[in-house]
Amino acid sequence: MSMTEPIETMAEPWDHLDAPPVPARAPHAGASIIPKSSLAGRSLAAVVAIMTFLASLTTGAVMLVIGAASDWQSDVAREVTIQVRPVPGRNVEADVSKAIAIARAAPGIAAARAYTKEESARLVEPWLGGGLSLDELPIPRLIVVKLFPGAKPDFAAVRTALAAQVPAASLDDHRRWIDRMRTMAGTAAAAGIAVFALVLAATVLSVTFATRGAIATNRPIIEVLHYVGATDGFVGGQFQRHFLMLGFKGAALGGGTAILLFGVAEAANTWLTGTPGGDEVAALIGTISIGVAGYLAILALIVFMALVTALASRHTVNRTLEIID
Amino acid sequence: MIRFDNVGLRYGLGPEILRDLTFGIDGHSFQFLTGPSGAGKTSLLRMMFLSLRPTRGLITLFDQDAATLSKDGRATLRRRIGIVFQDFRLLDHMTTYENVALPLRVLGKEEAQYRAEVVELLQWVGLGECMGALPPILSGGEKQRAAIARAVIARPQILLADEPTGNVDPNLGQRLLRLFVELNKTGTAVVIATHDIALMDEFDARRLVLHEGRLHVYD
Repeated sequence: MSMTEPIETMAEPWDHLDAPPVPARAPHAGASIIPKSSLAGRSLAAVVAIMTFLASLTTGAVMLVIGAASDWQSDVAREVTIQVRPVPGRNVEADVSKAIAIARAAPGIAAARAYTKEESARLVEPWLGGGLSLDELPIPRLIVVKLFPGAKPDFAAVRTALAAQVPAASLDDHRRWIDRMRTMAGTAAAAGIAVFALVLAATVLSVTFATRGAIATNRPIIEVLHYVGATDGFVGGQFQRHFLMLGFKGAALGGGTAILLFGVAEAANTWLTGTPGGDEVAALIGTISIGVAGYLAILALIVFMALVTALASRHTVNRTLEIID
Repeated sequence: MIRFDNVGLRYGLGPEILRDLTFGIDGHSFQFLTGPSGAGKTSLLRMMFLSLRPTRGLITLFDQDAATLSKDGRATLRRRIGIVFQDFRLLDHMTTYENVALPLRVLGKEEAQYRAEVVELLQWVGLGECMGALPPILSGGEKQRAAIARAVIARPQILLADEPTGNVDPNLGQRLLRLFVELNKTGTAVVIATHDIALMDEFDARRLVLHEGRLHVYD
């Protein structure tokens, strides 16, 4: 083997096999193997941020709906009504007092109070008009009986006592209402959970596809790493770390914005308490507060989305490596 | 070092494009792999580099049967082989220095361990002034020298080059050939795939010629 003359006589910088000394300020290999900032990476972070924001809003909204439905149900369940009908030959006022006494004697009852004649008149006013004298009409008297939270009084015993001592009285434990409320609350909760599941599925899918797109633009890097002898674990690890951070940044931005929004809504709700508008909102959906559980759920969603991004990247890189190899 | 025994290759259900390849690449050797365009030079190089599996036959690399290697085993073996592509395959977001240092980073080495080595190699290939430059601003010759430096920085036992002079003018092609010869003198076996007959005439070396799917060896 011998070199031919033309090449031998060429003078090139790399002819100096005795290398000159290393410069004092040699460059550093500080660059990330995967470019930190790229259009695909920024787009992916934006997709993660937007989808996490929407999923967080859904999480909060579903928790508000479930909470409100549960509140309505328990409010209705915390009250029963005793109706005392005016019967000829009996003193209604005496019957009302006796019924109140029976109710108060039962365990689990917090309070029992009869509607005054004026309050009863106001109840029928929308149908019969004002200025009525209840003495001329056989309007039943109502006794509102409040229960201790969670108490389950023996309504059968109360009914038996009422039947024995106040035959004109009847107990309405709102069972029909409670059943309807339970159905409604269950439906609202189920619908909320279904919407949340759909939003979560859409979020996972869109983030997975956006990650695949971002990885596709990095295919030359995967190939080069593969060709210089990197193991699949090394290549996958590099991408997983990079995309975990990218996903976390996007998710933190989206989830953080949602947390801020719920915080502002909660504060506004507190400020508006006592105003007519605030009371209307409070009456409909209770306090606009997703509570500690809600905020924790959003934080968990942020971590989850970052993990989804990282795992999607690892999966895509592994598939790319399988194609290359 | 590399041994092929009755190796054949076909893509899918197509005809066999490489047939009955039986040859060896010895340590410290220098050879050209040549043949017309489409003869299968790149496919053969890819099989030597373990990135393409033959449809039949036995490939032995460094005394190991390539067919029985695990994925990580193939990656580990690949570190003993350097490869240079016609299109350079440098990473545009990394400086020349970082591109050349990449195989050592992949090996898990700390920069303090390899900095002097990388700088020395870059100066040896004439890129001492371009260490901080990004590949897009390098000339074709500079890119190819950076790619060669990256291929040899981890001291591979064999260097495979796929049309390394295909994107440079004949004069620079001769200079790059000189670089390969110098690398060979340091003990690295070299296989250069090329269809440039003028380039091969510049240096008297073994020739592996692919023709109609078969390999003819001219020592």
